[in-house]
Amino acid sequence: MDFLTVIQVLDSTVRLATPLLLACLAGLFSERAGIFDIGLEGKMLAAAFFSAAVAAVSGSVWLGLLAGIAASMVLSGLHGLASITFRGNQLISGVAINFLAAGLTVLIAQDWFSQGGRTPSLMGGARFAPITLPFADAVAKVPVIGPIYSELLSGHSVLVYIAFLAVPATWWILFRTRFGLRLRAVGENPAAVDTAGVSVVGLRFAAVAICGVLCGIAGAYLATALQAGFVKDMTAGRGFIALAALIFAKWRPWHALYACLLFGFLQAIALRYQNIDLGGIVIPVQAMDALPYILTVVILAGFVGKAIPPRAGGEPYVKER
Amino acid sequence: MEKMPRWADVVLIPLISLILAAAISAVVILAIGEDPVAAVRLMVDGALGSTYGWGYTLYYATNFMFTGLAVAVAFHARLFNIGGEGQAMLGGLGVALVALYVPWPHWSFALIFAVAGAALFGAVWAAVPAYLQARRGSHIVITTIMFNFIAAAVLNYVLVNLLRPAGSMDPASARFPEAVHLPTLHEMLAPFGIAFSKAAPANVSLLVALLACLLVWLLIWRTRLGYEIRAYGHSETGALYAGISPFKITMIAMIISGALAGMMAINNVMGEAERLVLNATEGAGFIGIAVALMGRSHPFGVFLAAILFGFLYQGGAELALWTSIPRELIVVIQALVILFTGALDNMVRMPLEALFLRLRKRRA
Amino acid sequence: MSASSGPERHTSAAPAIELRGISKSFGPVQANKDISIRVMPGTIHGIIGENGAGKSTLMSILYGFYKADKGEIFIAGRKTEIPDSQAAIAAGIGMVFQHFKLVENFTVLENIVLGAEEGWLLRPSLAKARRSLLDLASEYGLNVDPDAVIEDLGVGMQQRVEILKALYRQADILILDEPTGVLTPSEADQLFRILDRLRAEGKTIVLITHKLREIMDITDTVSVMRRGEMTATVRTSETSPAELAELMVGRKVLLRVDKTPARPGATVLEIRGLHVSDEKGVERVKGIDLTVRAGEIVGIAGVAGNGQSELLELLGGMRGGKGAVLLNGAPLDLAGPHADGRGRRNRGIAHVPEDRQREGLIMDFHAWENVAFGYHHDPAYRSGVLMNNAALRADTDAKIEKFDIRPANGWQTARNFSGGNQQKIVVAREIERNPDLLLIGQPTRGVDIGAIEFIHKQIMALRDQGKAILLVSVELEEILSLSDRVAVMFDGHIMGERLPGETDEKELGLLMAGVSGQSDPLAAVN
Repeated sequence: MDFLTVIQVLDSTVRLATPLLLACLAGLFSERAGIFDIGLEGKMLAAAFFSAAVAAVSGSVWLGLLAGIAASMVLSGLHGLASITFRGNQLISGVAINFLAAGLTVLIAQDWFSQGGRTPSLMGGARFAPITLPFADAVAKVPVIGPIYSELLSGHSVLVYIAFLAVPATWWILFRTRFGLRLRAVGENPAAVDTAGVSVVGLRFAAVAICGVLCGIAGAYLATALQAGFVKDMTAGRGFIALAALIFAKWRPWHALYACLLFGFLQAIALRYQNIDLGGIVIPVQAMDALPYILTVVILAGFVGKAIPPRAGGEPYVKER
Repeated sequence: MEKMPRWADVVLIPLISLILAAAISAVVILAIGEDPVAAVRLMVDGALGSTYGWGYTLYYATNFMFTGLAVAVAFHARLFNIGGEGQAMLGGLGVALVALYVPWPHWSFALIFAVAGAALFGAVWAAVPAYLQARRGSHIVITTIMFNFIAAAVLNYVLVNLLRPAGSMDPASARFPEAVHLPTLHEMLAPFGIAFSKAAPANVSLLVALLACLLVWLLIWRTRLGYEIRAYGHSETGALYAGISPFKITMIAMIISGALAGMMAINNVMGEAERLVLNATEGAGFIGIAVALMGRSHPFGVFLAAILFGFLYQGGAELALWTSIPRELIVVIQALVILFTGALDNMVRMPLEALFLRLRKRRA
Repeated sequence: MSASSGPERHTSAAPAIELRGISKSFGPVQANKDISIRVMPGTIHGIIGENGAGKSTLMSILYGFYKADKGEIFIAGRKTEIPDSQAAIAAGIGMVFQHFKLVENFTVLENIVLGAEEGWLLRPSLAKARRSLLDLASEYGLNVDPDAVIEDLGVGMQQRVEILKALYRQADILILDEPTGVLTPSEADQLFRILDRLRAEGKTIVLITHKLREIMDITDTVSVMRRGEMTATVRTSETSPAELAELMVGRKVLLRVDKTPARPGATVLEIRGLHVSDEKGVERVKGIDLTVRAGEIVGIAGVAGNGQSELLELLGGMRGGKGAVLLNGAPLDLAGPHADGRGRRNRGIAHVPEDRQREGLIMDFHAWENVAFGYHHDPAYRSGVLMNNAALRADTDAKIEKFDIRPANGWQTARNFSGGNQQKIVVAREIERNPDLLLIGQPTRGVDIGAIEFIHKQIMALRDQGKAILLVSVELEEILSLSDRVAVMFDGHIMGERLPGETDEKELGLLMAGVSGQSDPLAAVN
């Protein structure tokens, strides 16, 4: 592997890690507040469709982004209604949301565009264009640093930079603000928050709403930046990989970044190479596909440190003395 | 004092949830410019109007009975097995190995061993997450989701690299030998002079599914093991007090669950496709969740819900054929059923309980 | 601790708290019926009543945790709506719940600041809270490390954090719900000293308890609740424990059970050098020796959390341990496949667990299914591979009859029986097995007085049949009235054994606090 190939694989890693990272941080807000969310996949899918659809019709990718976020937030609201207001089973609600998105996106896509569940291909202003960072072209020829700057760091869409900036932002919100303190508290012991005179329902809905926004951006990125339009089931399990990354990261923002980069890297490798030959031992591509899931199982089983979720996670809050 | 009569819990709540799901589905159909009444008529006609339609409805229902029972058994032990899909995929592998590599004299022997093979593979695929939950504390929901993806990768690898006949481009196994062909309803009913569509895939697996419903009912409600499973599902500390091993029950419930999900493969792999293909399960493992929720985890309820979903599947296929409504409508209905009977259960339940309380107060 | 003569000081002022006509129902159950009460500022007011009398519900309404169906609340003479805890805090009310409401993996400081932050940035709030905390600590003698993580603190310290939380929010009224339930007597005394000091500073304190001694020790006035109603409010100095007890239960109470002298026989249970750890790996029983003979009741006294539960659970097969336990001379398995509830039952040990709702019963099972719980392998309940439900239901009807379980309906789920009748189902199931050894934990917790007497009589009858009984209870009175021999547990050790006729609550209280009775009463043993 020469240097340029490495740069290309890493560049691809960044692109593929972005939707994972956004969805992972989305899940982080929700689960830190005690609401388990296995519906990340569905929310991303809905956002991917609506962003692509609106961008295709209006020609504006920004309107598309807003539509994607709105769609994702509607599903978040549904999850909140089921798991916060009506104290239903959060896992079952998540499953329902995944199917709802999988079905509705194709149904509406067929009705609007009649292209077999796709949107038309996005062109021009209907897509997020890459941003060239200052001096990227000028330094491109400088050895080592040049390609790293101009190929790897420069030339991504704005959503990629947003995703990476979301990591320190999330950390700061969680650990340096009043909202963050309350959010973490409500995921650990909602009764403490309630008796301290803060609304458990309000906090949890806020967390679920943030989750919706981030999933919306993730989905919009898939359909309007990574690819040029929506196709059926285009999230392809990314919501679950994000969930895996969240567990891998033990619900911590910086670790979420590392986990998503790792999983993005695995995807980038699997995309570039069919079978990997490691000195006689051939790793089939299917093993690469399965690796994020296998890693998650291993982590969950506590063979590499124990992942302890927020203590009130998954449990609806019922007042009791 | 019970909050409301049992019939309300068992019949009324699922019925209201179903009506809500149907009403929203109707709105969706309206929104895409189609006529819901005509759609329902077309579905009923397509799924129940001919033996061909019935043959498909029952074929799908057979799949859903297996996966629905799988989810239901795990639910009784308060375990949420989302891994039915992966377990059914692996079950298909078990069936394929039995059918391809043993020269069977008669389909009946083949069926017995195929059931065993499917159950074994499904059970193993469920036993690992069960063990990890019981001994290592991993959350079974996450692990079984991961195992679905791993199963897909495993199956992909096996089909592409091991089972694919030489020269074939298709990631699928060779066709099963004629000897393991399972009798279809057409072949079974013909000796009795009953004409049944020759083209429909419903087959003898349906009887196995019905038998499974009966056996699961006996297991859960009439045996000590079922008693222990239910007790553990209601209270883990209670189980410990009564000398019921949480480890044992978690393992056994998930093994039974995985075996049932795996057994679906005798229907779709052996009975219908007669070879193992990628994505043979077509999401039936997930539909099991809707079926179990709808059927309140009771085998008879699962039976009814499986028939309903079989109808929806066949009806949906007909809709996709004759109208502009895609098959994904069924996925939406499935989502709504899961939503209303599972996650939004309290939305229906709480007003009903209040209603019954008020009625009783008035009477008193 | 002596009763203070505080109340006269503020008689002219408006009451700190006044409730008028408060009613509250949960579904079909009425928890509070038309309750009115006045608490004067600068006093300690006790609210006493049996479990389930509605004390906690009433105070939860005052704290905005529940909403009353009817009634009015006046704080310092002003009518106040308290729809949520926020409003209660604004009205100057603080509450220390029985089960602490702390975030376990947060620091003391973070817990105190939670919900009372200044501005949306965390750092300034924490800095301010740190300063206030030091002030409060010196003012009231409530020292605690602001940076300690809650889960590393003992219960006494955690309770202190709860009090500080209320004071940080400038509460003038402090409600404490059963604050001594988890404390040793000496920790409780320390708490009472703090309350005394708070009263001296002009704070109003409401103390909810079911312990008469606490009421007599510290309160100025006391209200008695029974079955959701307020039966009386009196000055503490003008009443007596006997009068309060009678008000609590609505009739004269037999504080002692009629019992014949025990005629102990052969040793049934022999425990030697037993160690038991909890699920976190913390050793809870630290090498104890104990024997129980046929025909006697051995009572284990102690503050909750000193290893009694773990001892009972080990004997009941719910957890493993190290050491030797002999039943009728043959060793019991403390590990391995037979060290479970089923193995114990096969050896003739019956077990009425401490928590009937989480352990002894499956709340969503019918009564008849619960009658087999733990004994579902009994051949009498079996026909072939299936369970013989008809036999089970017949057996249930017989037990309902014999133990006067109401309603007499085996098809009702356990959840829908009252606490007393639930306990009767468990006691009936275990006693009717005719065990060699009966383990019985908190037999009358949350049980109405009629059922208490019935259950006590059943226990005595079993003893008189020559069975061995090991009783664990946190109610000293129950221990003293039932036991033939009392062992006191503290911090995993047995501090001593006494005969009930030759000891009193005071001596046992010292033993429960880890103070050895024989030698210097002030020398702590650990």
